[in-house]
Amino acid sequence: MARTMPKVDVVLVGFGWTGAILAQQLCDVGLTVLALERAAARTTPVDWATTFDQDELRYMWRHHLFQNVRYSTLTFRNNVNQTALPMRHLGSFLPGTGVGGAGIHWNAQIWRWLESDFKLKSHNEQRYGKQATAALTLQDMPLSYKDLEPYYDMFDRICGTSGQAGNLKGAKQSGGNPFEAPRSAPYPTPPLPMTFGPKLFEQAAASMGLHPFPHPAGNLSQAYTNPLGMQMGKCTFCGFCEKFGCGNYSKASPQTTLIPYILTKPNFELRTEAEVLKVERTPDGKHATGVTYIDAAGTEFFQPAEIVALTAYQLHNVHLMLVSGIGQPYDPATGQGTVGKNYCYQTMSSVDLFFDDKLLNPFIGAGALASVIDDYNGDNFDHSGLGFIGGAYIAGMVTGARPIEMTRVPDGVPKWGLEWKHAGTKYFLRNMSLSVHGSSYAQAGNYLSLDPTYKDQFGRPMLRMTFDFPPNDLAMTKYCTDRAAEIGKTMGATHVHPKARKGPYDITHYQTTHNVGGTMMGESPADSVANKYSQSWDVANLFVTGAGLYPQNPGYNPTGTLAALAFLTADAIKSRYVKAPGAPLVTA
Amino acid sequence: MGKKPAREVNRRELLSLAAAIGTTAAADAISRHDGMLRGPSRTYTNALPWDDGLTDAPEAAASGSWRYLNSGEVGFLTAAVDRIIPPDPTGPGASEAGVVVFLDRQLDGDYGNGARFYLEGPWQDGSETQGYQSRFTPAQFYRHAIAAIEKAVDRSENGKAFKDLPADRQDALLKQMESGDLKLEGPITSKAFFTMFLQNVLEGYFSDPIYGGNKDGAAWKMIGFPGAHYDYSEWVTAYNQPVPVETVGLLGRRAWERG
Repeated sequence: MARTMPKVDVVLVGFGWTGAILAQQLCDVGLTVLALERAAARTTPVDWATTFDQDELRYMWRHHLFQNVRYSTLTFRNNVNQTALPMRHLGSFLPGTGVGGAGIHWNAQIWRWLESDFKLKSHNEQRYGKQATAALTLQDMPLSYKDLEPYYDMFDRICGTSGQAGNLKGAKQSGGNPFEAPRSAPYPTPPLPMTFGPKLFEQAAASMGLHPFPHPAGNLSQAYTNPLGMQMGKCTFCGFCEKFGCGNYSKASPQTTLIPYILTKPNFELRTEAEVLKVERTPDGKHATGVTYIDAAGTEFFQPAEIVALTAYQLHNVHLMLVSGIGQPYDPATGQGTVGKNYCYQTMSSVDLFFDDKLLNPFIGAGALASVIDDYNGDNFDHSGLGFIGGAYIAGMVTGARPIEMTRVPDGVPKWGLEWKHAGTKYFLRNMSLSVHGSSYAQAGNYLSLDPTYKDQFGRPMLRMTFDFPPNDLAMTKYCTDRAAEIGKTMGATHVHPKARKGPYDITHYQTTHNVGGTMMGESPADSVANKYSQSWDVANLFVTGAGLYPQNPGYNPTGTLAALAFLTADAIKSRYVKAPGAPLVTA
Repeated sequence: MGKKPAREVNRRELLSLAAAIGTTAAADAISRHDGMLRGPSRTYTNALPWDDGLTDAPEAAASGSWRYLNSGEVGFLTAAVDRIIPPDPTGPGASEAGVVVFLDRQLDGDYGNGARFYLEGPWQDGSETQGYQSRFTPAQFYRHAIAAIEKAVDRSENGKAFKDLPADRQDALLKQMESGDLKLEGPITSKAFFTMFLQNVLEGYFSDPIYGGNKDGAAWKMIGFPGAHYDYSEWVTAYNQPVPVETVGLLGRRAWERG
């Protein structure tokens, strides 16, 4: 029925960060690569030029660059006893759509995991005993920091990341993060300068014996040309990174760092407005033959390929695995199955600070402009007797001051009326919010599955999210938010309002677009969906990229690690897979 | 559209194209962005995927008379927004800043039509954490909610409309909506309406003047937000000092007007 298209070596499902990384890497060794993208092409000069990209209403509140839930949404419930209902409007997270995906509207906060984050379960059990992890379903990654380091470095060089190393090949560097694992090379560009708010944070944290350092940033401190010849400009601090595109070619994105290069390759094709419905397989189910996609007219096409890579956003990759019937869906009642298991989020909280005597000018900002401490992240501090594991980085971060979102008032002031107007006016230039960016650890009841009732526009069951914050993470956010409040007090703020995250998880208020898990990687088919090369255990010519690979979410922004994993996957395909196509790279 | 020949991309040229605000194919904007599958698939190879002369610049709110709201709704909203943000010497009240015009244009357009809401059934009430579960578009939601509020007000205030009540009575009613204590007939709770309404009022007051509110950037001037600037490099480390830049919106920057 579906029209069959000419076969390619590799078909990519989605063309954001990981799709672009695979395309660049695999085209460079001569494979024919086709990227299928459900929405339209987007480019800097057309879609977010400096002449109109500083528009809070259109981009943030009217979701101009985000996934449109009218056509693609999911259902949500806090626990299995509730009926999941559709997410009818975006709120808690803001997935992208179109070429570049969420890589266009991210803040460009580029992190690596701690060495202990790679062996989270065994590390914590060894240090704190088995009871410390008993209520959680943690898993170790099937690879180490050392395995991934060359690829972290590759991503830094692609992005031109601005930062100050804290650990170069084991030698501590002053001014950097003393807790970070060894880097093989310094950041490609120096750190961003600090605006006043982050500077106050840096001074206060240092005076308390903590270890502040400049947040690693894909908003560049100086002009940079990456190894592919892509040129980026120096950030001008307009304060419109988060939820916005960068018109100035200063923010690392697929558009600024990879796509113009990829599109010069004759063995690459990008096909937009082509939505993949399903991964097709041979009758025995062990080999992917390609994918079926659909266009606006409702015409279906079969796209054959030697290799299928799911490079869409985490939620869509999980959905495609489930609707394609690949792997065993997770069942929380039995604990059996792996697809959809260990869905995790990010436990975000904040401390609002108001200064009667300081003018912060917070509209001067950048997506990753912050002084940050890692003293309370991961296992960088002793958790004995605290009743939780995990942690958060704490950042004196000023990404900008968009007035609809950030006309903050101290606690106790009404949300409207004259009193609100006066407080909002008094403090608009005199407030900032410390960001407490916490880990999210897996528990048995949090998972992704297919909804029994609601169908998407193509008649497929919608993805269903079942999620609430585990008690471990609520204890973590309380502790870390209190530590952030201590810094806020030391900064001399007139009002210090800690806002630890509280349950139940609420899908309506923006928290972060860090959805992870559901296609996790692991040591064996019994505990995971993919091996350490992001290769499906069930279908050897199927690869799945993105944050779905994480068995849980450390206290860091996910993009750095998922990009590194994509480079590692590309390397494995180039150096090993193509020599024995169709064979597993890890023996089950 | 299909394939375009490869050509060298000159960034200055692109930026100048992009600067042509107001001359662009605004109608195409939604097909480029609203999710997916609004046109035939396009294939790009050996070329950057962009179309000459097209910029996705915003469309300015229409001038002239009311587009969506009826006179009763205008009366209710004018009174209500001015209790949310009352006029005083600090800065304009919400209606003076154009917030009711903003609401009208928003309800008349994509937002009001639910272009970015999922409105298919089945419908059922959920927990607060599950969010909006109405079958109404925002435009329908406002229409039903305001009618139900005026009905409740008519009953409790001896036949008066909301706009004719004294300010303290209006404030009391708005507080009852905020808490959900004001009981309404029909499927919309006063709390759900107030949540959407307060958010939309803030949007109208503080968004770019191009959308009909924040007239002359007066709300931005009040709080000290300089608006749609693109380069603050000079003031990054000028700590604790005022930044001496003019407040500007997307339209009306002298440097960007076409000669």
